[in-house]
Parts: sequence; C-alpha cells; structure tokens
Amino acid sequence: MEHIISVTVENKFGSLSRVAGLFSGRGFNIESLSVAPTLDPSMSQMTIVTSGDERIIEQIVKQLNKLIDVIKVVDLNESDFVSRETALIKVHTRPEDRAEALRIADIFRANVIDSTPATYTIEVTGDPRKIEAIINLLQPLGIKELTRTGRVAVARESIRSTGMQAKKIARE
Amino acid sequence: MKLTGAEILLECLKREGVKTIFALPGGVVLKIFDILHQQKDIEVVLTRHEQGAGHMAEGYAKATGKAGVCLVTSGPGMTNVITALADAYMDSVPLVCFSGQVPTSLIGNDAFQEADNVGLSRPCTKYNFLVKNVAELATTIKEAFYIATTGRPGPVLVDIPKDVSMDKAEFTYPSSVSIRSYNPVYEGNKWQIKQAAEAMTKAKKPILYVGGGVVFSGASQELLELAELTHMPVDMTLMGLGAFPGEHPQSLGMLGMHGTYWANMAMHYSDLVIAIGARFDDRVTGKVSEFCPHAKVIHIDIDPTSIRKNVNVDIPIVGDCKTVLRELLQILRATVNGDQRELRKSWWNQIHEWQQANPLAYQQESDGPIKPQYVISRLYELTKDRDPIVSTDVGQHQMWAAQYFKLAKANRWLTSGGLGTMGFGFPAAMGAQAAFPGRLVLCIAGDGSIQMNMQEMATAVVHKLPVKIIILNNRFHGMVRQWQDLFYEGRYASSYLETTPDFVKLAEAYGAVGLRASKPSEIDAVLKEAIAVNKPVIVDVPTYPYENVYPMIPAGGCNHEMILEDPPALKNKQIGAGQVAPKDSDTILTA
Repeated sequence: MEHIISVTVENKFGSLSRVAGLFSGRGFNIESLSVAPTLDPSMSQMTIVTSGDERIIEQIVKQLNKLIDVIKVVDLNESDFVSRETALIKVHTRPEDRAEALRIADIFRANVIDSTPATYTIEVTGDPRKIEAIINLLQPLGIKELTRTGRVAVARESIRSTGMQAKKIARE
Repeated sequence: MKLTGAEILLECLKREGVKTIFALPGGVVLKIFDILHQQKDIEVVLTRHEQGAGHMAEGYAKATGKAGVCLVTSGPGMTNVITALADAYMDSVPLVCFSGQVPTSLIGNDAFQEADNVGLSRPCTKYNFLVKNVAELATTIKEAFYIATTGRPGPVLVDIPKDVSMDKAEFTYPSSVSIRSYNPVYEGNKWQIKQAAEAMTKAKKPILYVGGGVVFSGASQELLELAELTHMPVDMTLMGLGAFPGEHPQSLGMLGMHGTYWANMAMHYSDLVIAIGARFDDRVTGKVSEFCPHAKVIHIDIDPTSIRKNVNVDIPIVGDCKTVLRELLQILRATVNGDQRELRKSWWNQIHEWQQANPLAYQQESDGPIKPQYVISRLYELTKDRDPIVSTDVGQHQMWAAQYFKLAKANRWLTSGGLGTMGFGFPAAMGAQAAFPGRLVLCIAGDGSIQMNMQEMATAVVHKLPVKIIILNNRFHGMVRQWQDLFYEGRYASSYLETTPDFVKLAEAYGAVGLRASKPSEIDAVLKEAIAVNKPVIVDVPTYPYENVYPMIPAGGCNHEMILEDPPALKNKQIGAGQVAPKDSDTILTA
C-alpha cells in the first residue's frame, strides 16, 4: 500500500544521501521524494512517497528514526492528510489546438506560465489524480516535456495524535 | 592556547581515556603521526594492513567494552579498513576510526590517494563525519565517541583532511554532548515490562534467547539472577556466548544453524521466547514461517529496528538490556516464590531427554587422524582455569569453538558473527592482548582464514603481543567443502587449498614460535608448551579434512529438522570423480 512519510532532517551535508542510501540499501521503494528547507533553516523537510505492507512501512519508519540526522518521522497515512503535486507541462500546439489547450488548462485551474507560437507551458497543481487527468487530456495535443515535483503533504489538523502514533511505532 | 588539528586529536583521545590505537600512516596523516610520535600516553600499534588495524580495534573493544580506535590514511588506507567497519557495524562493536583525507581544497579533484571516505563508509558505519574546519574537530570527536558507545554501539568514522590536521584552533573539549536527533532509549516501557514479567511467571516452557546485546550492556549478572530465579533454560547466540556461564546447568549452549540439538529443540517447542539483546538473525530462525510456532515472543533490544524486523513480537521492550533486566528482576523477586522449579519440571525433563538423545559427539581414535573437536576440547580443558580470551576466524573451526569452548564470562569471546569475516580472529586477538597484556589470549583459526591476515604476525612480534594461534589445518575452506559435500554432490570447487605454507617455519620466519602436533597423543604437550611461551605462537594441527559440523540446520530449514550426522553417502568417504584427495605430498609440506 502507498504511504506518504514526512521526515524532518538536519539540514546538512549528507543528510539526503543517508536517507536515499537507507532506501536503496534495504530495498525499500521510493516513488517520489521532495526536499526543501523548513522555517528553521537548520532543518529540512522531506516528503517520501513509498509503498509496502505493514511490516515494511514499520521498518521504514523505524529505520528512518534510527538515522542520526533524522529529527522526526511521521507516517501521514496514520491519519488524514492533504497532498499536492505540481507539474510543468510543455504542450506542442498547432494553431487549431491552442484554444483547446487553454480550455483544458482552464478546466483544471492551471496556469499558462510560458507561451511561444508553437507551445504553451502549463503549470498545474493538485493531487496526483488531477495531474494524471490533465496529462491524459493534453497528450493528444502533443506533450513536448513534462516535469513533476513529486508530492508534498501535510497532515490535517489532527496532527497531534498522528505525531504520537508515529512516536509510538518508533518506540516499539 | 591554540593547537593544531593533530594536537587537538591527541588531546581528545587522552580525554576519552584511549590508551592504545591501531594505525598505519600515509601522506595526509603524517602530521597526526608526528604528534603521536612525540608523546607517551597513547601507544600506537603499527599494523601491517589497515584491515588488521580495524579488527584489532574491534578485538580491543569487545574485550574491554570500550571504544576501539584506529587511524588510517586516505584512499587505499580507507578502502582497506572498510571490511572491519562493516564487521563492527554488523556486530555492534563500538569503534572510532579516524581517516586521513586530502586537503579540503583538493576534495573532489581526484587527487592522489583521494577517496570519498564518507560516501564509502556510509552504509557500514553508525555515523560518519567529514571535518571541514579545525574549529569543529574537538566537538566532532566528542560526538563520535558518544555515538559509537551509546545506544546500540557501532563504528563511527571521522574523516580529517590534511589541512585540518595542520590548522590551528583554540582547544576546548566539551564536557557533554547533546544531539537533538539522537536520543537512545535506555529505560524500557514499564507497562510492557510488567506484561513480560507476568508472561514469564506463567510460561511452562519458556526459553531465554540471549545475544551480544547482553555482553555489550554488561548485563551478565542480571541475566544469571533472572535465569536462576525463574529456572529458565538459556540459549545463546554466537555473539552471546559468555553472557551466561557455559558450564551452568541451565545453559543449553549455542542455538542456530550449528547450535546444539537441545538448544534448537527447546527453542522450537517453547511456549515463550524471551529474546534479550538478540536480533533473530536468519542463522537462528531458520525458516521464519515455522520459527517457534507455539511461542509468544518477548523481545528486549535497545534498537527499535531489531524488533519485528524478522519475526512477530508479542511484547516488545525497547531499552538497554541491563536496565530492563533490573526492572524485570524487581518485579519477579516479589512475585516468584520457588514455584518455578515445579512449574517447569516437565520442560526440564524434556530438555534433559534431548540432551541425552543427541549430545555433541565426535570420535577420536588414539592412532587416527586428529579430530578438530578434540583439539578444541583439549584446549578448553587445559586453559579454562586461566580465564582466557578466545578469538576465532570464520568457518568450521569457529562453530566447533562455539560448541566445545564453554566460556564462563562475557567479553572473552571475539568472533565475527554478522559479517562472517575470515581473517578477523588473529588481529582481534591482538587487540584484546594489547588491552590485557597479562592475559592468555587464544586464537582458534583455520588454515584458510589465518592466511587472510597473516601479515599481522609482524605486528604481534614487534609489539610483543603473545597471542596463541591454534590452526586447525585441514587444507580446505572447510565449511565450503562441507556444503559442497552436502549440497553440491561433493564437487570441491575452489575449496581445496592444494597447499598451505609450513606454518611452523612461517612463524619462525616472523620471529615468533612455531609448533606442531601431528598425532592425537601430542596435542596436550604441544598446547601446554604454546601456553607457556611468552611470545606469539602458531600451533599447526593437521586435522582430518572431511570432518563436518553437526548439528546442522540446512539454510532455510526449520529449527527442529537438524542434520545430526553425515548422511550415509558421506560416511566412510570415498573420493569420487571431480573431487580432490589431499595428497601425501601436501602432508609433507605441513608435517
């Protein structure tokens, strides 16, 4: 089953490779990973989308906690959460398709952030299904390039109980 | 006063109470060696290979319980020590390894003898540091020792670029360490401990399954009291040997792939497994799906990731073995009142039946070839009163040593369990000898594995480390040969060594003492002679080459389905096509 794990790490040289090395060394999956500094510049926030059965996820959470640079691990699937992903899609547009491309962007509340006579670059943000959907619609027009951020996620406001659950798992 | 990086390193080592370091110099660490050369507080043991330095530091750590320290140069110095780091990581040995690095201005330039030390060691260290500024050196070293020795111990690497060892900074050594993301849990959860105590008083067929965690936590005394109070049998893992007295009537010896019959049967048929500082390694569990089918499992371990990694656990307790056992004892002392012996009477009867049904056995004919088990039994009998430290290499001799050398106390057993590193034994024994110059240190080795770090004999001679090496010489990689006999129809692919050096002459060539026992009747005299010598000794014992280690649980087999003796096809072995019989000419080389 897919899990989104939020990891707070020391913002220092090597932290990312320790986390990445843990996943590759133990054969865990990474479907996507995003990293950026937090409000406190000494820490970074990683959002890791991974998958596995209950025991594997438990091991991932425990192993992440064991890494010395890791400050906090929350398995967001333990409670309700919201997740978003951004995609930048460069669509090849023939003159007769340009209106259609704009219509599709409009439906998905996406923005055109760059335009040339033969292309639009569309920025779209949403949950993964929304991204998939717009890609499917734009594909017949001809997608030249596509880049996705991977998901970032945050727990809904029941975060306190989530934190406790994550700690409980870690402690066990 | 400002000190150079090298001087800061020395001051830090002194403050950590380091007496001995195992080291090999090179270009980028010359400044550090120069400083070490001008002082007397810390002995520098110059090894002949960095792997040797690493294993010596491990042996030192396992025997003393303190962090072992080694120092190597950049590039090949670092890559050579990797095996020892990986070994220490698997077996949770507290180690601090200092490596030299090219000057910070050259890092990443593919400079001479440059390697990405931090990258190379990342998967085989508990943590590692690259020190980029001399001002951070002292704090980093403090943190390195702290991380290596607390929680689940492990190796830590500190990579020091050449310029950092030469730059100057004000020296202050922090008195304490606080790392916000590293807070090992020592106290077990009280409620879980209560649950565990309750389960232990009720169980009819419980078994204590103890591992290296008990040794590192120094919990032997607590374990002994727990076992005696509750009258529970004790199984030890390879790493746990010595945690409980081997001669104690409640000791069932080692369990696992080559564990005793009764240790494995007791594990399989128990109704409560109490794992203490052990990690349910595949060599212990056998087939996981059929592991301890009737048992509830209590697991005490300081490393949360060990719990439920391989098997399901009913009562997990994260904490330090010693601390948790003390808490448990407090509860049990109040609740147990002598009824445990009665409660477990039939369980013990069953265990005694198993013990009588399939004891550890070998046949030594007085004029026949020497059996390896006989050598170890005699070594044990002749030395047990001297409380020796025993190291082994990896393979058949290691398993026989584990079966026949019954250790009375913890920190006497130096063996490579997790990684299974051939070549570990001799340098590890030297590390222990360096820590305890007056003690008897034995190294039980095979003719294959001893050759993997033979060069350290020079170090042993120079530093007067009188380790006694007993080579069980069967001219095979014996464990590989055993598997080939059992599972590969006796095709000895690259397991027959064809020739081995004359170890007696080799010892003499290094300036050590070489002895040989060629007949069973000579064993005692030769071993006594070796023990009496105050120099490094090699005792070469040509042994029967086709002896196999039993019991044996085949890989992926179930714990109660042990092979107990040679299958009929192997008995009275006939040398078939594709096999190699050791030739008389080989015997001449060693006899």
